[in-house]
This record gives sequence, C-alpha cells and structure tokens, in this order.
Amino acid sequence: MMRTEGTSPDELLAALKKEETRRKRGTLKVFLGMCAGVGKTYAMLEAAQKAKRDGRDVVIGYVETHGRKETDALTEGLEAIARKPVVYRGVTLTEMDLDAVLKRHPQLTLVDELAHTNASGSRHPKRHQDVQELLDAGIDVYTTLNVQHIESRSDTVREITGATIHETVPDTILGDAELELVDLSPEDLLQRLAEGKVYIPERTEAAIHNFFREGNLIALREMALRLAAERVGQDVRDYMQARRIAGPWKTGHRLLLAVSPSPYSEQLVRWTRRLADSLSCTWIAAHVETPRMLSEEEQNRLTRHLSLARALGAEIRATSDDDVVHGILRIARGQNVTQIVVGKPDVFGPLRFLPSALWLSRLVRESSGIDVHIVRVEGADAPRRFWSWRMPAEGEWPQYLKAAGIVGTVTLLNLLLAPFLGPHAMGLIYLAAVVALAVFLNRGPVYLAAVLSALLWDFLFLPPLVTFYIGKVEDAMMFAMYFIVAVAMGHLISRLGARERMDRRREERAAAIYMLTLELGDASTWKEIERAVLNNVERSFKAKAALMLPDATGRLQGDLPDKEFSAAVWTYEHARPAGRFTDTLPMTEAMYLPLRTTGNSLGVLRLHWKQTSPPTIEQRNMLDGFLRHIALVIDRQRLREVKDQARVLAESERLSHALLNAVSHELRTPLAAIETASSSLQSGLDATVQDALIGEIRQASERLNRLVANLLDMARIESGHVKPHLDWCDVHDLINAALKRAGSHLANRPVSIDISPSAPLVRADFSLMEQALVDLLLNAAMHTPAGTPVEIHIEVKDRTIAIIVADRGPGLAAEALPRIFEKFYRAPGAAAGGTGLGLSIVKGFVEANGGHVQAFNRPAGGAMFTITLPLQEQPTV
Amino acid sequence: MNPETDQSRLALIIDDEAQIRRLLRITLEANGYKVIEAGNGQDGLVEAATRRPDVIILDLGLPDLDGLTILKRLREWSRTPVLVLSVRESDEDKIAALDNGADDYVTKPFSTPELLARLRVALRHAQPAEEQTAFRNGGLEIDFAGRLVTLKGKPIRLTATEYSLLRLLARNAGKVLTHRYILKEVWGPKATQETHYLRVYVARLREKIESTPTQPVMLITEAGIGYRFSASE
Repeated sequence: MMRTEGTSPDELLAALKKEETRRKRGTLKVFLGMCAGVGKTYAMLEAAQKAKRDGRDVVIGYVETHGRKETDALTEGLEAIARKPVVYRGVTLTEMDLDAVLKRHPQLTLVDELAHTNASGSRHPKRHQDVQELLDAGIDVYTTLNVQHIESRSDTVREITGATIHETVPDTILGDAELELVDLSPEDLLQRLAEGKVYIPERTEAAIHNFFREGNLIALREMALRLAAERVGQDVRDYMQARRIAGPWKTGHRLLLAVSPSPYSEQLVRWTRRLADSLSCTWIAAHVETPRMLSEEEQNRLTRHLSLARALGAEIRATSDDDVVHGILRIARGQNVTQIVVGKPDVFGPLRFLPSALWLSRLVRESSGIDVHIVRVEGADAPRRFWSWRMPAEGEWPQYLKAAGIVGTVTLLNLLLAPFLGPHAMGLIYLAAVVALAVFLNRGPVYLAAVLSALLWDFLFLPPLVTFYIGKVEDAMMFAMYFIVAVAMGHLISRLGARERMDRRREERAAAIYMLTLELGDASTWKEIERAVLNNVERSFKAKAALMLPDATGRLQGDLPDKEFSAAVWTYEHARPAGRFTDTLPMTEAMYLPLRTTGNSLGVLRLHWKQTSPPTIEQRNMLDGFLRHIALVIDRQRLREVKDQARVLAESERLSHALLNAVSHELRTPLAAIETASSSLQSGLDATVQDALIGEIRQASERLNRLVANLLDMARIESGHVKPHLDWCDVHDLINAALKRAGSHLANRPVSIDISPSAPLVRADFSLMEQALVDLLLNAAMHTPAGTPVEIHIEVKDRTIAIIVADRGPGLAAEALPRIFEKFYRAPGAAAGGTGLGLSIVKGFVEANGGHVQAFNRPAGGAMFTITLPLQEQPTV
Repeated sequence: MNPETDQSRLALIIDDEAQIRRLLRITLEANGYKVIEAGNGQDGLVEAATRRPDVIILDLGLPDLDGLTILKRLREWSRTPVLVLSVRESDEDKIAALDNGADDYVTKPFSTPELLARLRVALRHAQPAEEQTAFRNGGLEIDFAGRLVTLKGKPIRLTATEYSLLRLLARNAGKVLTHRYILKEVWGPKATQETHYLRVYVARLREKIESTPTQPVMLITEAGIGYRFSASE
C-alpha cells in the first residue's frame, strides 16, 4: 500500500499545539556540555550579555561562577536577584529565590545547573521544577546542563563511567528546549583541569579524577554530540511539519512498554524513552493488573517505574486482566500502538515451556500487525536459580504455619484411622485437606501442604512403612497421581480465590465510584456537594479530605496554615498536584489535587493521608476518576448558578416593568384626586361640598398610604430583610387587630368569627401575621360586592393551625388560581385600583413565619384563603 | 377639645421635615398649645433645656442624632413627657424608645384626634398625681386599697397575678406599656422574655372583665409592642 506522503492530522495538531504553548510559555535554552568544566556557564553568560545588548530585560536568577575571573567579569552589568537562604539542619544554604524572580518578571532569567537538587524545605525538590514554573509564567530561561544528568542517559553514563548519577532531569523538560552544545575536546578539558580552571568540590576530588579519564570523556562527548544531533534532526522535522513540507517520515509511530514490578523494568523505561525520542513519537507505559497479589515491595517498585515513565513523557495506562497478553494487546489496539516493547525473559533454553516464556511467544503470535521489541536488560542475564523462590511476604508466615499445622493434624487423624483403613483412603483424606486449605490460603502455603502431605503419606502409610521407598508400582503411580492432583487442585482453587479477591477489589472500586456518582447526582447545593465529596473520599481512601473552592473574585478560600495554604494556592493556579507525595512542596502535611475541567481550574481537593507510603497506582487511578467526576459536578453546579442568575435577572426585569406600570397608575390616581380636591377647596365652596372634597382627599391619601405600605412590604420581602421576630401570639388577638385595621374597608360586609376560646398560642411574628390577615381581608373587600358575608375560623390539627378567611363572593377564576400569589398578578376582571401586590405580600409574610398560604374556591361559592402555621409545643405558664 | 388647664401648654416639636412641623404647629395651635420647633436633634436638646416645654414630640428618624440618643440625653435631667413619631415598620425602634423613657408613640401617618388624645394622656401622667385609691372605667371599678375589683357592681375573683397585671395597666390607663415593662413589673426582671405569660393572662383577664372577650375594648393589644388600657374618656 502506498503511504501518503505528508503530515498526519495528529502530527499537525501536535505541531500547532507546540507553537501555541511556545507563544504563551517562556522558551528554554539549554547550554549542554559533556561534563563540568567545558565552559557552559561562560557560554550562557556570553549569550546573556548579547541578549542584553539586544535590549532584552535579563536577570540572573542563579549563577555559580566559582570565583573564576573571566566568568565573574561576564556577570557585570546583569541584574542579579538576591538568593534566598534556606536553613536545613543548622546549615544555611542559598537557593534561587523563585518568588522574587516571578515577581520581578524579567524577559529572560539565567538559572545555572538545571539538574541541581534544592535544599530541603524549598518549594520544589528539583531546580528544573523551578525552571518549569518560570517558563509557565512566560519568562524565558537560559540554563546549563551536563549530558549525564539527563534521565534517559543516566543508565548509559553509569555503564560507561561506573558513577551513579543521582541528580537527573526528566527528558520532557528538553522537549521544547533549544539546545546549544558547548563542546571542548577531551584533551583541552584535561588541560584546563590540570591548570585548575575547573571547579571541583574538594571532598569529591578523588571520585572526580576517576571520572575525568580520557576514555570516559570521549564517550560522554559522543553522547552530548549525539543528543545535539538528534535534536537538530528533530528540529528540522518540526520545522518541516509546521510549514507542511512533505518529508520522508512515516506517519505516527506509537510505542507501548509493558511495565512490570520487576526491578529490570526501570531500564526498559529508559530504553523505550530513547527509542521514542529517536522515532520522535509518543509512548505509553502500560501495566496489566493480574489476579496475583503484589507484595508491598513490588507495588512500590511498580509505582516507581510508572512515575519514572510519566516523568519521561509517557502516557500511563492501566488495565486489569487475567491474561497479561490480552491486557497488553487490548491497550495496544485501543491506542493505535505500532510497536510493543517487552523485556527479554531469562528463562529460555530448557525451560521454554514455563508460562513466563510462553506468554512472550503468544504475544508475538497474537500481536499480528504490531511490531514487538524484545529487549535484553542489563543484569538479567545473570544465571538465576532454577526455581525462583520468593521470600514469603510478612503476612504470609502464619499461613504457612497453618498449612503445616493442618497437615500435621490430618496425619494424626490418619494414624488413628490406620488400623481400619487402607493407605489409599489415607491419600484421599490428605487430598481433601489440601483442597480445603486451598480455599482459605494463598498459593505458597497450599503447595507446601501438598508436598508435605505427599511425603508424609508416602513415609507413614505407603508400604513399606516409615521409608520413602515405594514398593508396588501401583502405589508409586498412586503417589505420582496424588502429587499432581494435589498441586493442581491447590493451584486452581487458590487461583480462583485470588481472582475472586481481585474481582472483589474491582467491585469495591466500581462501587466507590458509583457511590460518589450517586451521591453527587443527588447533591443540589454546594453544601451537599461538599458533604458527598468528603464522605466518599474519606471512605475510599482512608484520608481526611477537604474541598477548597474559590470565592466570587476567583481567590481560593481556606483556613489553613500559610505553608499548607500556599501549596493549595499553587495547585489551584497551576492545576497540578502539590504537597505530600508530589514533586511540589512535598514537606507539607497534606496532598493538594487540582479539580479541573478543560482549561479551568475549579478548586482544590486537600487529602491528608493516614498512610505513610505514597498512594499506590490503584489508588491514584481511582483518585483520578474521583477528581474528574468531582470537577465535572462542580462545573455543572457553577453553570447552574450562572443560569439561575440569568433567570433571576430576566425575572427581575420583567417585574420592574410590571412595577412601573402598576405603580405609575396607582400613584397618579390618588395624587390627582388630592390635587384637584385641594385646589377646589381654596376656591371657597359651601360647607357640604367642602366636606365631600375633604372626604375625597382622605380617601386618596389612604389609598396612597396603602400603596406605599405594600411597596415597602414587598421590597422587604424581595430583599430578604423580613426577619420574623417570633413570639407567642394569641390568635384571637391577631384576628382582632387585623379586623380593627381593615374594619373601615369591610364596610357592609358582615364578619363572622368562629374561634374556640381555647385556641392554642402560635409562635409567629405578630406584626407580619397581622399584616397578612389585613391584606386577606382587604382582598375580600376589594373583590366581593358590598354586603357579602366574610367568615374567619381556625382549624387546629396535630402539628398545624390553619386560619381561614372565606367569603361568599364570586370566587376565583380557574386560570387565576395557580397564579394568584404572584407579584403584580391581577385576576382578569378585577375591580380598578390595586396593584396585585396584596396576596404576594401575604405569601411572603406567611412563609417568613414558616407557614404557607393556599387559595381555594368553596364548593358552595366564594373564595377561601387558608394560612397554615406550624404549631409548637405549648409553653407552660 | 379644650386644653385641660387654664394656661396653654408649651409643646416642642423635634422633626427634620418642615412640612410635618408646619402641620403639627397648625393643628396644635388650633387646639390651644403653644409650639416651638427644632429641625434637628441638637437644636431640639437645646430648646428642651432652655424653654422647658410641657411635652415633646420627637421624630425617631433624625439626620444628626438618632431618636434613642436624644431620649437618653433628655432623660438624664428631664421628666418631660415625650411622644414619639415613627413609621410602621420600625417596631423595634418603638419598643426601644418606650423602654428608654418615651411615654407613648404615634405611627405616621396619624390622625389629629388620635395625636391630641395621646398628648393629653401623656400630660396627665406627667402630673405628680397623688396616689389614686380607686379606678373607674365604664362598669369596671378597682379599689386599690381593698384589692377589690367589681364589674357592674359584681365582685370579680382575680388571682394575685391577674390583679397585679390589671392594676398595672389601669394605673397607666391610656398609655402603651411594652411587653418587657409589664413582664418586669408583674413577674420580675427574670421573666422579661416570657411573652406567653402575657398572652395567657391577658386572655384570662379579658374573659373576666370584657363584655365580648374576643373583641376587647379595654385591654387593647398594640401589635408587636405591648398592651394599653384604653380608658373611655
């Protein structure tokens, strides 16, 4: 098939992304040397001086000249940020003051020795992390680095020089960096060394001299040159891609490395990284979780390997499957992987039938279109014991004892039974015991029981007795069969048990996520969300959790000591984990995890682990799931709030419109009446006309007074300023007070009151309830013809009391019923005058008192309003 | 409506609204009072000290000093009756004013007859009245010396608490008494929050002395404030 020449969409996207991040982030320029003394710092300062001459704002973040004059001279004219003293165990060290540099925010900062390890107690353990933060802030950085400090090369360096490199930087930091090779021939370097021009700390002098052998230097130089050359190749490719120049490259390679807890996996990680680098492709570190329980040590090793892979730029994938081959291939196919990397097992030759060799051939066979690299690992060649014996984990010893104990007990039983039963029946009893053990114990102890019981059977019961010698062929066969069956049964059953345990674990994990989803689904307020999050996190991780969210101004809220809080803020601002068990501020008590959706940092989850070891891969995976889900819910809630606000705004707009309409009419009418009447009064009319006019003025002013009172009441309800002053109220009193105030308006409407004298006291705000009743009575007066009887009575139920105001008027229109308590709503055909506020005030006041109000049509005609209030236990007098 | 004494009374109006002051002046002068005005609290205190008015009408919402402060300062040296003007929403202000020495309150907007009646009650209570021995109102008679209460000539049996409540209200007839004040006077200083005592005892008293207990004419509830014994004049 013809491969299309050109750029795949993936690559183009990656190239564009690269361009974009470049524009926002600062750029990193690395002055790379083969080792100390080649003049990296010098070259960096020279470049800095040039940049300054070009008008850039250059600042020294941290430069170590070791007092050399030529180098010192080059720092002149460059502003240096004062270093920050860090006291650790009584020794004062100085480090780059990251915050000061960030605050100063120059265009370009010089930071020497990228691989440096910061003093304990600094924000980041490693200087390259400081540099990342500077870059994130949009500051360009010049830095220096020796090739041996690059993570993926450190193995090779160790192989060449024998020196273990502790200070390494992940290859990812070089990803987008510009490399400038500072080259010096080994002869020149050795000469400079002899002249004392290379700074060497005194205590390591001997080791260093061992290091500076010509052979080493040649190898290191080659590595540095090769790295630079590879980089040039990649730069060219990037350039061509960015400008869509068709090139000779193949489309998207993708590597997958199968990571295991084996100690050799680490080298494989580095190897794969180098391969990915030279293929310039992405890579995945995959782990397949099998039913086999990992010991704590293995678990830690696996975690370390996967984090190393992450640091080296790998994507991490984990899956669980009984069969490693299936798991790997599933991930590989799902991720469009083109090449798989696995370690070369050490069990070829006479043992090729063992599962560890078999799975490899199966992988090769079943991988069909995918290439498989089988990589030899340094150290794995050493001859290993025929039977690899794993020391039992701490917790397993009692199981071995138990196994031996049960076999012993069964033997005693068999000895008792020996006079009655033949040797073959004994064998079956042993077998039954082994099978029973397999249900409860791990594989190791079951094997022990199988072997032990076989030997005991042979020794004690198979003739000739008390020897291991077996006389009859039949017995020998029985013995062999026994052995095979016991081991096989033990193996199968304990594997079943292990699978069950894994299933249970998986189920627990699924259940945990499900519970979180369920509880978060039910949560509709921030408080409920927080409670659901904290409950679930604490239950699933045995860690104390806290949810930290920003306030309206976008600042993170939290009540924590400064150090803890600054870690939380860092996490929030960078949307990256910080705190305990991470690379950033690891000295804090708790871990801080970002809650983010695409592009948005929504808050921080604080986790105070009870365990002292870092979270396992399993926990991290689950935590990732939790974080994603929590972030989604927080986002959803935020959006909901925004929507609500928009809705409230639209509603209030509609209301203010209605208000203006209603009020302008209602205000103008009585004002006009007063104005007209009072001007007529001045013109001196006879007494009866005068009286009539005065009556008009009074009526108009009363109407105005009521309108203003209504508007004020409404405003109080709207603004939430109705703070009921709850007190014991006598219902008789309430109704009397209301009747007295509404009395003049009820003219001609007979009011009948039917309240038993023993009505209970109600806990309510007297004035608010009085006003609500007045408004109900006025409503009745306004909407019924004169002479209509009005009834007031109460109904006392178990925990509530209802005050009912009913009339025999025309009743309520069907379409008005559901809307009657809305603001400014006026029933169709309502008499002129009135704003449609009265009943909404009733509703507001009654609800402020913890009650509710309803409107009905009476079966025999007329409207009925029911105010229901909760009844408290009656006070004793 | 005549002034009750031969010489006309001097009333001080402290209110920042010129229109209200004007209106009050017209009304009061028409009813035989002499009137002085103050537009803010400071001036009001000065006028009160220099002119020694017989009664003060004080608006609670003044721009410079709040009504309570003025009341407290005034009460440091003067027993002059004070009638407070307030709006409907400010129950708490009214209670605070009454508890701090105001004699009564009138809610804006108010009617002239009501204002004049309140002024008369305030002035009457300011009289250094000799200890009354008996109280008469409608059919109700209270003989303070004999602790005897009769309604239309028939003796009424009251418990000790009911009697002291009735006596307190009757002695202050026409004047509003706050819940707090009544509770303190009748049940003691520890009971000032136990308003349900009042609800229960007032209801019992109404049963005994009012002709229609559900529509009382003597023991009047002042919504959210307290009670008033409304004397028929």
